[in-house]
Amino acid sequence: MAEKIATRKAYGEALVELGNERDDIVVLDADLSKSTKTASFQKEFPSRFFNVGISEADLITTAAGFSTTGKIPFASTFAIFATGRAYDQVRNSVCYPNQNVKIAATHSGLTVGEDGASHQMLEDISLMRSLPNMNVVVPADATSAKELTKEVAEIDGPCYLRLGRPGVPLIYTEDEEFPIGEGKLLKEGTDVTIVACGHMVERAIFAAEKLADEDISAEVIDMYSIKPIDEELLIESAKKTGGVVTAEEHNKFGGLGEAVSGVLAENNPVPVRRVAVNDTFGESGKGDELMDKYGLSVDDIVEKAKDIMK
Amino acid sequence: MSLTPKEKDFLIDTSRKIRVETVKMLAEAGSGHPGGSLSMAEMLSLLYFKHMNIDPEHKLDPNRDRLVLSKGHGVPGLYSALAIKGFFPVDELMTLRKLDSRLQGHPDMKNTPGIEMTTGSLGQGLSAANGIALSAKLDEKDYNVYCILGDGEIQEGQIWEAAMTSSHYQLDNLIGILDYNGMQIDGEVQDIMDPRPITDKWRAFGWNVLEVDGHNIEELHNAISKAKEQSEKPTMIVAKTIKGKGVSYMENVVDWHGKAPSDEELQKALEELSDEGGKA
Repeated sequence: MAEKIATRKAYGEALVELGNERDDIVVLDADLSKSTKTASFQKEFPSRFFNVGISEADLITTAAGFSTTGKIPFASTFAIFATGRAYDQVRNSVCYPNQNVKIAATHSGLTVGEDGASHQMLEDISLMRSLPNMNVVVPADATSAKELTKEVAEIDGPCYLRLGRPGVPLIYTEDEEFPIGEGKLLKEGTDVTIVACGHMVERAIFAAEKLADEDISAEVIDMYSIKPIDEELLIESAKKTGGVVTAEEHNKFGGLGEAVSGVLAENNPVPVRRVAVNDTFGESGKGDELMDKYGLSVDDIVEKAKDIMK
Repeated sequence: MSLTPKEKDFLIDTSRKIRVETVKMLAEAGSGHPGGSLSMAEMLSLLYFKHMNIDPEHKLDPNRDRLVLSKGHGVPGLYSALAIKGFFPVDELMTLRKLDSRLQGHPDMKNTPGIEMTTGSLGQGLSAANGIALSAKLDEKDYNVYCILGDGEIQEGQIWEAAMTSSHYQLDNLIGILDYNGMQIDGEVQDIMDPRPITDKWRAFGWNVLEVDGHNIEELHNAISKAKEQSEKPTMIVAKTIKGKGVSYMENVVDWHGKAPSDEELQKALEELSDEGGKA
């Protein structure tokens, strides 16, 4: 786990590979191509790259126009703009007509860091998963980000790919596959299930190790596909352990925690505790400091896991 | 090339038929938007029956011209044109806005044959038209993309984002027609949020701009013909129109933006739009 690579960097690399494999891929950006890492695609395939300037509403609907002609557009900007500023465009130009548009949003969550609350998108999973036709995927590391970028290109329909800013450790080796609609069972356990996504997967693994020191056997699931979600894996795990802790870099409302709770409430009710930002905005600071301050630390997961077992 | 007298008569009569079907379907639906449907009848007649390269038998021909109706509430007018053109049966117009109908209250590309883009949230259509026009350039196809906009609609900021994109990418295969009827839901456009000077604005955004009387078939035809020959710039045809055109009691009356005629009102409208009335 030594090398740290940002999921957005893997996204940029995957785009170039996709661009080489098929000529129906076009990439759009809104003046953030160096940050979203679409600049590498621009360099390789300048005729298939379109920068619309600082205009996110235009970005999303232009991508929708492309898709009506059979192209597969990847529209990229920061998560706050892709889903918040352009929500109506995502809803009415992309999801309602079920267009084959891929929205790849970087700089999601608290780990945007120093830019502060205005840029820390904590509601995007909620907004995107409530839209009919939309698929929502949240890679935990560079390997899965690269694979999932290719996966969403294969799926016919709208996809939201949630990416992060900072470098994160590799969790997966390169030969792993990430079918949309499935989750990854990373560690088997019997006492409690920890379901995490994105940057919280690494912390979930650490939390399981800490719990093991206290003879608590935690099962760890990377739920990289939030919609559709892997109901079978969730239900099976909850039946075995009898309690679930969710962990996400997102507001506690509408995200992974509520997606998991919904599946369990309908199929196999067990106690659920949510590790998430507690309905508040963030602030400027370093990513790790913010994750700890806003209740997303390894110890927060450990504490909720123990609480559930009381 | 200018229109022959025969073509001109045919297009005027087709505009009349578009209006007839529009008021009939709105009366049957009991709701909808007559004002902005009637104001663009000549545009639809010219596009669907003279200029656009489309064929109801080959609806998805990749080389076809496309129309994006950005002012989506005007869709009854568009449904009329599509039905008369043969995209679906004229009888089906009577299902407008009813449960299980293919004719939704606003354009739905997945449901209705001939609808090229789902719209209804104002301000988005021009961006979609840009995407289609950019794709044509990328694939070196020579189809044109038309986009009909409302004059109230251009108050939306996204229109001007899109206007920059169109000129930045030199989309000379994009032809906008602004249905400048001067009215929006809450009143006269210039009183609510004055978009003037409209032609100067489009020019300043890098567009070629033409001004016409939107109900004069020949003027409108000449403008579309000129726009098709334009190179390196998108063209906006600012078409001065009358909201509710063709039905005396609807003309220039704000209230007729979004309400359906009663049976009695329908009869009066049909009398006015009859063969004799239309040519008078």
